Amino acid sequence: MDKLPRLPFAEWIDNGLDWLIAMFSPVFDGISTLLASIVEGIVNGLGVIPSIVLAILFALLAWFISTRGIALFTLVGFLFIDYLGFWYPMLQMLALVLTSVLFAILLGIPIGILCSQKATVRKIVNPLLDLMQTMPAFVYLIPAIFFFNIGVVPGVVASVIFSMPPTIRLTMLGIQQVPSDLIEATEAFGSTTWQRLSKIQIPLARPTIMAGVNQSIMLSLSMVVIASMVGAPGLGEQVYRAVTQLKTGVGVEVGVSIVIVAIILDRITQHAGMKKRGGIS
Amino acid sequence: MTDQEVRKKIEVKKATKIFGRNSKRAAQMLQEGKDKEEILKATGATIGVNHAEFDIYDGEIFVIMGLSGSGKSTLVRLLNRLIEPTSGHILLDGEDIVRMSKEQLRKVRREKIGMVFQNFALFPHKTILSNTEYGLEIQGVPKEDRQAKAKEALKLVGLAGYEEQFPNQLSGGMQQRVGLARALANDPDILLMDEAFSALDPLIRKDMQDELLQLHSEMGKTFIFITHDLDEALRIGDRIALMKDGEVVQLGTPEEILMSPSNEYVERFVEDVDLSKVLTAAHIMKQADTVQVDRGPRVALRLMKRLRISSIYVVDKRGQLLGAVTAQDTVNAIENDQSLEDVLIDSLPVVSPDCVLTELFDLVSTATIPVAVVDEQNRMQGIIIRGALIGALSGDGQFINENGVIEPIDEVTEEVMQNG
Repeated sequence: MDKLPRLPFAEWIDNGLDWLIAMFSPVFDGISTLLASIVEGIVNGLGVIPSIVLAILFALLAWFISTRGIALFTLVGFLFIDYLGFWYPMLQMLALVLTSVLFAILLGIPIGILCSQKATVRKIVNPLLDLMQTMPAFVYLIPAIFFFNIGVVPGVVASVIFSMPPTIRLTMLGIQQVPSDLIEATEAFGSTTWQRLSKIQIPLARPTIMAGVNQSIMLSLSMVVIASMVGAPGLGEQVYRAVTQLKTGVGVEVGVSIVIVAIILDRITQHAGMKKRGGIS
Repeated sequence: MTDQEVRKKIEVKKATKIFGRNSKRAAQMLQEGKDKEEILKATGATIGVNHAEFDIYDGEIFVIMGLSGSGKSTLVRLLNRLIEPTSGHILLDGEDIVRMSKEQLRKVRREKIGMVFQNFALFPHKTILSNTEYGLEIQGVPKEDRQAKAKEALKLVGLAGYEEQFPNQLSGGMQQRVGLARALANDPDILLMDEAFSALDPLIRKDMQDELLQLHSEMGKTFIFITHDLDEALRIGDRIALMKDGEVVQLGTPEEILMSPSNEYVERFVEDVDLSKVLTAAHIMKQADTVQVDRGPRVALRLMKRLRISSIYVVDKRGQLLGAVTAQDTVNAIENDQSLEDVLIDSLPVVSPDCVLTELFDLVSTATIPVAVVDEQNRMQGIIIRGALIGALSGDGQFINENGVIEPIDEVTEEVMQNG
């Protein structure tokens, strides 16, 4: 092995990145501004509302979508986080999660639909998804810093990439799982591809797609915590600080807060997916 | 259907479907006359449909019948190109479906061909009404129009009032009615029914068959019905195409298939058929000897003596059945100087010519004289003799009238009649 010249992969990648940055910096700047303002908008918007009111609003939302028990848990959980003094970081984290999930859905569902229709797309996307899911989460952060500096934006971008695969995969799966006799029926009546998708396949795949969205939310939650290493604000930042300063007590407090948020988001979105509509069994 | 009014709705010309990669090679081997097994071994390709060639007439119920794997489901899907034929042509109203562009094909599917599926294939997330209006919805028909048409179609299949239910709230039979309504709502010329009743239990199945026949006679559409059940095929088909290994092995009316199977395969197929559900009174009735009522008892008695029978049916001048007289009563009538009317036994059981044999058993076994077959005007058509009924059930061709020709009672049956 010693005889073989060592190919400078790392160098090539670095050069490639430099080239990308040089070429597309206006694009990246645009994305950067957009993401930052969305996150900021959410944080500011939610920040205006008194914590108690917001907690009640969330509880009502939980009640409407899922069960009374979860609504109660939401109320108590949010008030507890407020009591611990993590209300504002919690809002920041929530804004990061919402923004990244929004983009994960906006990108992931169309890609998933495309994959379900075209075998060639599927062949290209599948290994990419494998790569995205197995690559250590930290690795996304490095190029994200290059393109978007430090702060909120690389955090959002990294967690969009990290959390998108389940939405893509489950959208694809849900559409492919629609029984073939139903597909045949839509074809026999002369549906166009879009009519088949929009009227039959996507509505029937909805529970599966929602399960994917739920998974994406969970993944992005874990990613925004890691993203605190590149300066993303929120509860993750608190964890990071607790770790670096070896403050176990604070670490546990913040950790519990994150778990509470995770449980609330998970239960609410799970029910959104399962929520019965008409005759779907 | 007489020959003059026959119009070809669909012409299938050498339609062939080969599944698998080496379809070219397989097609070549097929040309050389190699069989399915050989081709599978050599190329890995499966022959779905092999040079199917037949016409389907406007307004008939055409049944494609065969066991599973015979290619019948593939064949029906070639008709609306849900499956792309490997070669051959399919002409619908003279236009070749195989050569149509996607748009043209979509138009044909929307306007001319409806389809009903074995497992109903209803959309579980849509109500019965919105399932039924689906075909119209995708054509862009305004909501009110399409709902009105869908409701009409649901009414036609007896499901008025179920519009807002969901498919899983309905029984299998009802679900298939929705499937039927969905296909009818588009008002297509042709209805493809792929094993439409196979998933239903036998009683509901029979009801559905009856309703289908009724719908057919009301609407005059062309029905193409796939089934693996010979009884069903014989019951509803105007003509039947029997398939085996992707080939149409025989095509004919139910009677032709039953009575003259073209080869051993068809013969084996039909030997288990329950003849009692297929054959009707018209198939087994014999020419009746009757006497006109005004001829008097002496003529009646002489006829009976010469024919060596113990009773005879009495008709009026127009051939309408009045009743029967026995030889003993006739003798008494002559002695007492009575007319035939005085000793006439009326209120005898009668049957119509299209009554199937199963419905005859009870009647024939309890009747003291052969049961009379009469048409709607109560005109005497023939009689049913116990021996002929049993003979026909055993599949003995000499007891079955072919092509509607009613044989006079010959010596064999005369003897039977004596005993009967």
